[in-house]
Amino acid sequence: MTFFRDTWIIFSRSMRLSLRQPLWVLIGLLQPILYLTLFGPLLQNIAATSGFQGDAWQVFVPGLLVQLGIFGGLFVGFGIIAEWRSGVIDRQLVTPAARTSIIAGRTLRDVVVISVQAIVLVGCAYLLGLRVPPAALLIGLVLVALLGAAFSFISNAIGIATKSEDALAPLVNTLALPILLLSGILLPMNIAPRWLQIASDFNPFKHIVEALRAVFRGDFTNPIVWIGALLAVVLVVLGAWVGARTLTAQTR
Amino acid sequence: MTAYAAPFRPIRSRGHFTHEDFMATAMIEAKGLKRTYKARGKDIEAVRGIDLRVEAGEIVGFLGPNGAGKTTTLKMLCTLLAPTGGSAIVAGSDLRTDAVNVRRKIGYVSQAGSTSPEAVVGDEIISHARLYGIDRATATRRGKDLLAALDLAEVWSRTCGSLSGGQRRRLDIVMGLIHQPTLVFLDEPSTGLDPQSRANLWTHIRSLRDTLGTTVFLTTHYMDEADSLSDRILIIDHGTIVAEGTPAALKKRVSGDAITLTLRDEADAQRAAGIAGGLEGADAPQTEAHVVRLHVPDGGRALPVLLAGLTKAGIDAIGVDVNRPTLDDVFLTLTGRSLRD
Ligand SMILES: Nc1ncnc2c1ncn2[C@@H]1O[C@H](COP(=O)(O)OP(=O)(O)O)[C@@H](O)[C@H]1O
Ligand SMILES: [Mg+2]
Repeated sequence: MTFFRDTWIIFSRSMRLSLRQPLWVLIGLLQPILYLTLFGPLLQNIAATSGFQGDAWQVFVPGLLVQLGIFGGLFVGFGIIAEWRSGVIDRQLVTPAARTSIIAGRTLRDVVVISVQAIVLVGCAYLLGLRVPPAALLIGLVLVALLGAAFSFISNAIGIATKSEDALAPLVNTLALPILLLSGILLPMNIAPRWLQIASDFNPFKHIVEALRAVFRGDFTNPIVWIGALLAVVLVVLGAWVGARTLTAQTR
Repeated sequence: MTAYAAPFRPIRSRGHFTHEDFMATAMIEAKGLKRTYKARGKDIEAVRGIDLRVEAGEIVGFLGPNGAGKTTTLKMLCTLLAPTGGSAIVAGSDLRTDAVNVRRKIGYVSQAGSTSPEAVVGDEIISHARLYGIDRATATRRGKDLLAALDLAEVWSRTCGSLSGGQRRRLDIVMGLIHQPTLVFLDEPSTGLDPQSRANLWTHIRSLRDTLGTTVFLTTHYMDEADSLSDRILIIDHGTIVAEGTPAALKKRVSGDAITLTLRDEADAQRAAGIAGGLEGADAPQTEAHVVRLHVPDGGRALPVLLAGLTKAGIDAIGVDVNRPTLDDVFLTLTGRSLRD
């Protein structure tokens, strides 16, 4: 099918370009490591006294993974704006390539980059003392990839729709902050006041983080796992839909 | 396809195409094409309902000043921008209902470039070609041939960002031709090129048409480019096509060739003016001191006749100039403004 072929072609081109700038890949890898080494020890102490269930790494690493998926995807829109400026997007739009491939190929590249970062993160966490069932790690990586895909689609869509870094930056930040603060990624939500807890219930990412924490504890049959997985899939579908629509609207 | 002579074609009134128009080998057939941009609640009528027809194998120049609506028209014909009105058949398919088949057959070289600065030239060419279903080997061979034809033989492994502006422009053109489109749109192809590369590009565009029968639709705001490259020219201003025809036919629409005679004295000038005024199709000669100016439909034909007449009357002309009108004169006559502004 031409969609898969075209997506692969766009992916290969984007991937090659990313690999030509190893510094950025390196910086991307460094970030989760910094979190682990500079923030991890802090949390070790908090975890002992606060409402977290389970070992500190089992609580902290799922949060970091979800954060990596969200933020790894959210900022890719800047790249597509640069590509639009240099005429690459129009050049690809004028070919018979499937419209969706033009965005999906780039998102696939982002997913690969984010997944590699997630593997490095988990590897480092393991060295620092994280111990979880192998299946949990696999589920964690898949979840990060799904979140990365969803946010990459959305960020690319915003980038292409606004064509302006000045518009994308505040939009992305406005989107990221409440997601982060109401997700319980860094601190458990059950130490929050009642109204904040209720607000956070409406944040799908809180449930996704909770799901991954359950998995990391080995609690695979907890219903939250299904809820989290379902939410992640819904987000990807939603992101892909928005992305595809935005790209088609380009030629309107 | 060998040399192609396009007949002068008067502008059609909007929306009056006959059945025959669609039966001929039209490569582009647009009716009432219109695009209105919305910017901050204001409507900008960039293209105001144009009709155009380009035959297979023609090189058509779309000439107009900046902001005339050339790029907007091109983007509509390339499926990059939906028209807000009108319709078009491009390379045999309907723009609105069958965009994919239009895309298969056309090439487009945007005014804005087409490559990422960090990307390697060869990679960009191959990846672009593959989107048309061309395999790597073919893409590599064709890409290298095209690069060589445009004097870029040595850049295959360099990054696009390391090329000069003119080199990058030629690379854009290579990308637009890699799949051997039957119809190619070039938006200001020679902007940023030095005179040598420009001449070379023109030769290449002509040879594309002559060897592959490629139809070429190019926009330009350079008169000399439109003049020397196009079989036919469409002049666009404020989103409307104001004139259409071969370069020669368009230039005939202005006053014709200008003849300037310089004589020994005013008396001679007066007598010469009398003789010149008798030339076939001449307008009333203007005399200023010992210089006479007049317009004739064809300077090359009129000059020997004029000179013979002067000799016969015993008048010595000390200087003669024939100036053919440029497309700028055409534009000036049509719009009251110069293209150069
Ligand atoms: N995306 C856009 N939004 C609003 N106005 C536009 C846009 N693109 C072009 N225009 C306006 O439409 C007119 C025609 O532009 P364009 O087609 O680029 O002209 P040309 O290529 O002949 O220089 C100009 O007045 C330009 O400012
Ligand atoms: Mg333009």
